Amino acid sequence: MKKILAVDDSASMRQMVSFTLKKAGFEVVEAKDGSEALGIAKQQSFDAVISDVNMPVMDGITLIKELRTLPSYKFTPLLMLTTESGLDKKTEGKAAGATGWIVKPFNPDQLLAVLKKVIR
Amino acid sequence: MSIDLSQFFEVFFEESFEGLDAMEAELLNLEPGNEDMETINTIFRAAHSIKGGSGTFGFSSVSDFTHVLETLLDQIRDGQRALTAEHVNFLLKSVDCLRGMLTALQAEQEPDLTEANEIRQRFEVILGMAEDTSTTFDLAEETLNENTYQVDFKPYPHLFKTGNEPLYMISELAELGELETQVFFDAVPDINSLNAEECFLAWRFFLTTDKPVSAIAEIFEWVEDDSDIEITICGGLFDTGLADADADADADDVVEESSPRIEALPDKKENSMEQTDTSINKPQINSPAKNTDTKKASDSSATSIRVGIDKVDSLINMVGELVITQAMLSQIGEQDVTETTITALQEGLAQLAHNTRDLQENVMRIRMLPISFVFSRFPRLVRDISQKLNKQVELKLLGEQTELDKTVMEKISDPMVHLVRNSLDHGLETPEQRVAAGKDPMGTVTLNAFHQGGNIVIEIMDDGQGLNTEKIRSKAIANGLIQESDELSPDEINELIFMPGFSTSDEVSDISGRGVGMDVVRRNIQALNGSVEVASAPGVGSTFTIRLPLTLAILDGQLVRVAQHTYIIPLISIVESLQIDISKVSRVGKDLDVLRLRDEYIPILRLYNIFNHDGAIEELDKTLLVVVESDNHKVGLLVDDLLAQQQVVIKSLEANYQKVDGISGATILGDGRVSLIIDISGLIKLSGLKRPGSQELVVEQKSAGAA
Repeated sequence: MKKILAVDDSASMRQMVSFTLKKAGFEVVEAKDGSEALGIAKQQSFDAVISDVNMPVMDGITLIKELRTLPSYKFTPLLMLTTESGLDKKTEGKAAGATGWIVKPFNPDQLLAVLKKVIR
Repeated sequence: MSIDLSQFFEVFFEESFEGLDAMEAELLNLEPGNEDMETINTIFRAAHSIKGGSGTFGFSSVSDFTHVLETLLDQIRDGQRALTAEHVNFLLKSVDCLRGMLTALQAEQEPDLTEANEIRQRFEVILGMAEDTSTTFDLAEETLNENTYQVDFKPYPHLFKTGNEPLYMISELAELGELETQVFFDAVPDINSLNAEECFLAWRFFLTTDKPVSAIAEIFEWVEDDSDIEITICGGLFDTGLADADADADADDVVEESSPRIEALPDKKENSMEQTDTSINKPQINSPAKNTDTKKASDSSATSIRVGIDKVDSLINMVGELVITQAMLSQIGEQDVTETTITALQEGLAQLAHNTRDLQENVMRIRMLPISFVFSRFPRLVRDISQKLNKQVELKLLGEQTELDKTVMEKISDPMVHLVRNSLDHGLETPEQRVAAGKDPMGTVTLNAFHQGGNIVIEIMDDGQGLNTEKIRSKAIANGLIQESDELSPDEINELIFMPGFSTSDEVSDISGRGVGMDVVRRNIQALNGSVEVASAPGVGSTFTIRLPLTLAILDGQLVRVAQHTYIIPLISIVESLQIDISKVSRVGKDLDVLRLRDEYIPILRLYNIFNHDGAIEELDKTLLVVVESDNHKVGLLVDDLLAQQQVVIKSLEANYQKVDGISGATILGDGRVSLIIDISGLIKLSGLKRPGSQELVVEQKSAGAA
């Protein structure tokens, strides 16, 4: 079973993402900010990471940057959840090592469709 | 895959309200011109989360509104715009507005958008932006005729390090239509200089599809900067302009070509929104089980509660111990009865009692929340009111971590707001008056919460002028609450403000005096089995002290016997219990006995009479009198005997039977019998006692008492 790390400070978004992924047959671990996610990511390995950008303690861009430096996350798909107003965030995210982005708002089907581009 | 998004709504609402509270608190901390970046960030994140969630869950009115907020905050965050006091005021207003919208949505009503639109327009003026919605909408989702595209895809060597996988992209491409693939491996170096982490392959695809070119471009969207991509149309019916990979040019052409499509655009947007809407609503309409859920959600008191994992863990731990004890006891039950088994049984039962008590305490803890949930609304309230009144006020919050039952918390909020408003309006003086009185022009209002015994005590203190005892006295005389001849201590006079019908009407303002008197405050607090009292010193300030039980589910009760029945009197309302000195009893009216107890006359209510029991002791000197107090009335309840004091679990009579006057609930005693809990103020009403003056009690209507 493929394992995904879902990072979002908003509990409802996190639940929605996690529920959708679990229903699609993924194993999901949740984290509420970048720092918690980084800690978890160092303990376990994941097939993909989906992270919000704006979060307290450590934001999504920093998380992606940190993850990319870890040998076990060199090729892992790292996706960020952005809003349409954050277009420059996409560039920033790519520079940090993000694989791609999912634009908010999205519905569960869109999430799974996008995910198919990087993990199957 | 269909996922019912409504299951996430409750969490969304809850976290949004929390987000709004956080925004409000942080906004109040902001000083324009001297703002702290982290504060702005926190506010931004809250707005951002609400926007993201509301968009995802289909609450477009909220997400549209939050969008302008977010834009403004983003600009402030990036330093493009300086924060002004006006911004803060508007942001605070929008917090209120959002709260209203979310509350309406939570109750499944259409939110009123008039205020939202007004505020939004103001923001748009501030931002200097024209209405620019729907420009980002994807134009290219129109169906086109089937075309064959040639796609050249040449990734740069570092592609894998972005986490992208060409294989998956090719699979995606294949899903769009008929795909022919050519791979170029001429760039692959010889085995010695080959770096396994780099990509040396390139592809050419021929894709026959009825999907627009943008669908192809979207697949390669993430790798645009990490590869050379060229999408061209092969032998198409269109001119070369369209064959360009540029999706915008494509869309422009389409629009020019056929005008109906322009209209199709907004429609499409609506459609897609409707789709999300219906996907939300459908499951609720289809399944009746969901419908009841919905009903529950519209009742605002039926919300969820967030519990720390440690509390749940300790519960599980305790249930584990309970199971062990149970296993132990059933093992003893299987053995023959000997002296040893009896000892073991007693030990087991003691263990069980211990487990049960722990479990009870911990289950209660689940419902406990820190009182900061209530306190947190006051900084804003104090700010708004003090601005309106031109008073300088500092609010101090103490004991914010004191825990309190959630239900009690929800119900104590309004009375507290009323008391704080009063303190600000009537208690604190204007800065000029304060300076004249030799005080700091800045007044202080302190909210303090702490535990005392099984109660929580909340104090609302101000350092203002104190209650005007003379004015209260003259008002009370004018309203007929007391007689001119009554001699009352200042404390007793201050207590009069809690009497029904007492209102210092010349002090009514739009801050306090909203037609809700202090008697309502007291009544609401008493409905929670609590009490409120006031202490005041002229020129020094006043303190309102609210005492509440920690929970509504359990009550300390005094068990009493009336005839062969056991009743429970809430311990908190008992003043004293005594044997009646028959020489001090006199009869007033037709059949009311009063006892002269120290300086007061205590009317004696015969419980057996009120509840219609035969076989009780009727001679006053052979019974006991429990003196109880409610609404400042003291009455004596005649009982046959006092039994044990114990904590009783309150069971609602309404839920199990129906409301009974004079009874607040029931409980189950140790022997399995049901015992009724006496509602003192209900009982006084039932008995027909009325008190026009301060000390004299008369029988108004005896028929009710005989029932």
